[in-house]
Amino acid sequence: MSTPTPIAGPESRRKPEVQKEDAMWLQKELINKNYMELARARGEGRKVSATFVPGNLNELLMCFDFARSLPETNALQNGMRKKSGKFIMDAERDGQSEDVCTYVKADLGMMMGGEIGPTGDPLPTPDVLLLSYTGCFTFMKWFELIRHKYGCETVMLHVPYQGDGKIAPNMRDYVVKQLQENVIPTLERVSGVKFDIDRLREYMKESQKAEEDLVAVLQSAKNRPSPIDGYFGAVYYIGPIFTAFRGTPEATQYYRVLRGEIEQRVREGKGPVTPEGELAEEKYRLVVEGPPNWTSFRDFWKMFYDEGAVVVTSTYAKVGGVYDFGFRHDPDRPLESLAEYCLGCYTNLNLPSRIDMICKYIEEYQADGLLINSIKSCNSFSAGQLLILREVEKRTGKPAAFIETDLVDPRYFSAANVKNRLESYFQMIKQKRTAAAH
Amino acid sequence: MSVKAIVDRCEALFEDLNFQAVKDWKAAAPGRKAIGYMPVYVPREIIHAAGMLPVGILGGGDQLEVIQGDAYYQSYICRIPRSTIELGLTGRLDCLDGMLFPSICDVIRNLSGMWQILFKDKYVRYFDVPQEYRDAVGGAYYVHELEILRDDLGRLRGRPVTDDELRAAIGVYNENRRAIRDLYAFRARTPWLAPTAEVYLVLRAGMVLPVDEHTRLVRDYIAAASAADRPRRDNARVVVTGVFCEQPPLGLIKSIEMAGCYIVDDDFMLVTRWLLEDVPETGNPLEELSRAFLHHSASTSAKYDARREDKGKFLLEQVRTRGAEGVVFAAPSFCDPALLERPMLQDVLAKHGIPYTAFKYAENTGQMAPIREQAGTFADSIKLWSAA
Ligand code: SF4
Ligand code: SF4
Repeated sequence: MSTPTPIAGPESRRKPEVQKEDAMWLQKELINKNYMELARARGEGRKVSATFVPGNLNELLMCFDFARSLPETNALQNGMRKKSGKFIMDAERDGQSEDVCTYVKADLGMMMGGEIGPTGDPLPTPDVLLLSYTGCFTFMKWFELIRHKYGCETVMLHVPYQGDGKIAPNMRDYVVKQLQENVIPTLERVSGVKFDIDRLREYMKESQKAEEDLVAVLQSAKNRPSPIDGYFGAVYYIGPIFTAFRGTPEATQYYRVLRGEIEQRVREGKGPVTPEGELAEEKYRLVVEGPPNWTSFRDFWKMFYDEGAVVVTSTYAKVGGVYDFGFRHDPDRPLESLAEYCLGCYTNLNLPSRIDMICKYIEEYQADGLLINSIKSCNSFSAGQLLILREVEKRTGKPAAFIETDLVDPRYFSAANVKNRLESYFQMIKQKRTAAAH
Repeated sequence: MSVKAIVDRCEALFEDLNFQAVKDWKAAAPGRKAIGYMPVYVPREIIHAAGMLPVGILGGGDQLEVIQGDAYYQSYICRIPRSTIELGLTGRLDCLDGMLFPSICDVIRNLSGMWQILFKDKYVRYFDVPQEYRDAVGGAYYVHELEILRDDLGRLRGRPVTDDELRAAIGVYNENRRAIRDLYAFRARTPWLAPTAEVYLVLRAGMVLPVDEHTRLVRDYIAAASAADRPRRDNARVVVTGVFCEQPPLGLIKSIEMAGCYIVDDDFMLVTRWLLEDVPETGNPLEELSRAFLHHSASTSAKYDARREDKGKFLLEQVRTRGAEGVVFAAPSFCDPALLERPMLQDVLAKHGIPYTAFKYAENTGQMAPIREQAGTFADSIKLWSAA
């Protein structure tokens, strides 16, 4: 899954005199800090964990002092730095099929090149793989492949799928039991640190605060104009909370500052900031389903802001946790709440729930329609998206459109095709509006 | 009955995309219901215990023209969900009163939600299985899942499913598993008497026939094929793996055999051989089914290998116990489970000096020549190797 955490932000073009409090500056610092921690881990005798973004148990991993790597984030970083193409081909030469998820191949290809991460700093082979098996079957194969090749200790956390569109008590109990009887003892053994549930509670208190502020930021897009882009901009916002920082005071501070900035923009009636400055006029408001393309991220974004299109909200901004319908980490029920967090991730929702969520978004964010970016790599997101499109169109009466790209395989981004599709989609929205006005 | 008569009957069942056999079974008594299921495993015992007919749905094969189904899927998704949707939308699955979508991959998982939307009046369930194998953890979860299925089906028929009914169902499925174990052993012993194209059809018949009838059919086939006079060839003995979900066309199976390979084991329709031992017919039936799943079940990509050293063990066992000389990896195009598993299995085989070859297919693959050639070269190389 397509994990958010590009380093630096749309405003990274700002002059170096940016203020320390500036949210983007903080975000950049955070993400870089994590790569530095990983780079120093071996020297400091610190153990390294790896886990996936959906259902990542960051608060729990912190209880054992792990330096924390997120392979999807590494893959996307390599994608943005134009390194993933080579890694994918290296992995294919090593026996991986051209048909399978490119995140896996980008990661395996990177590991084949030695212990060097996306930033060029050392990235140690993990001591433990926490296989949070949430919302994607490929995760299981991914860590089995790493375990097979590098012998890393692997601990499974099986998170049942919400096939009926709800979390049954049996599902939650199963996850909690695995945490108690398998995950925690394994993490204790690998790290040599004893589990302290009060420490977990403290982290979760921080998570709550950050979650509260994140939701305020994402929902600010209900304003007209929207002060943020809920897809291209949001991937920066969700970076810290969906990765190694949820539960830290730094993340809490980041989201507080970010919220302050965004609320200020609302008061000033400003639109989102793009890599080329503030968007002058909001012409289209879209909801997007599916992860972005990383290899041509800026070009992709430009196709939107050049036309005055703002993504007011996206399902992708919920891959690492759906917070906007009320879920918060709960320090009073720490393990149960970790279980509910894992169970509630976006790709762990069934198709009818995903459709409901999108329809709700279109209504609440007063969007003009739905755009699906269908990712070749990702069966978890993509299988069924054409039905999602039909159903959402049927239920909302708003036009929907479909484009196809990939996450980190540059061979699957056809700029001309995507641009054409988008232009005709914007045209269609315009026509619908004119028709409605007459 | 002659081999030909048995195989002809199975072939007719296989080719019938209108599931007449299911309709006939339902029509034979009032109130009968049928429940469809997809790969890779569901406990058919529970369906049977509810007095219903479990029906294995394995896509549309190479005879179905997929028109509507293609509108639901991008080009980079495998074939089986689109042909299954085609079967549904063209009314061919109207004879089913429900569908189970087992935990195998994200495509089938998401198809369960699509089914809920497209076929609102049917019973639809995503059937999850544990990836944690302790009785108190994965087992407790799984027993609960089994209970839900039991309760749902009880409601569907209007009468709860009793423990005795479940125990009886376990009994008839034990019989069926024994027969299929015998069939597989028979084929491995004398593969020239039981070509896989036939064994496959006999297994496929079990997807639509009531279990006891199928058990008889398997026994009849073994008896008839044992007595047949068929020439023994100097073929290479291979295990075919990766065919656990979307099915290759029958012509492809025949091509592998015609190219000089005896298929002595495979992972076709694992549901028929998922539980490796008899399930106790006494005691708490759901707990027994759970224990069988957790501790005595087959292995496939959709099931987590708890330890690194477990990877490939099942395949190695297939090779060893069947006296195979090589492995053919056949995977559906775009099948993440089969294709991501493959490099690990290949590595294990390489470490054990077991030769292999690999190709991809789709259920509607039309061109057999390249596969025949590849399988032929593989068979030749095995023979050269063993002669050297
Ligand atoms: S299949 Fe999708 S969710 Fe799974 S690892 Fe790949 S990109 Fe992520
Ligand atoms: S063929 Fe493979 S990817 Fe397709 S539905 Fe079956 S298991 Fe899933």
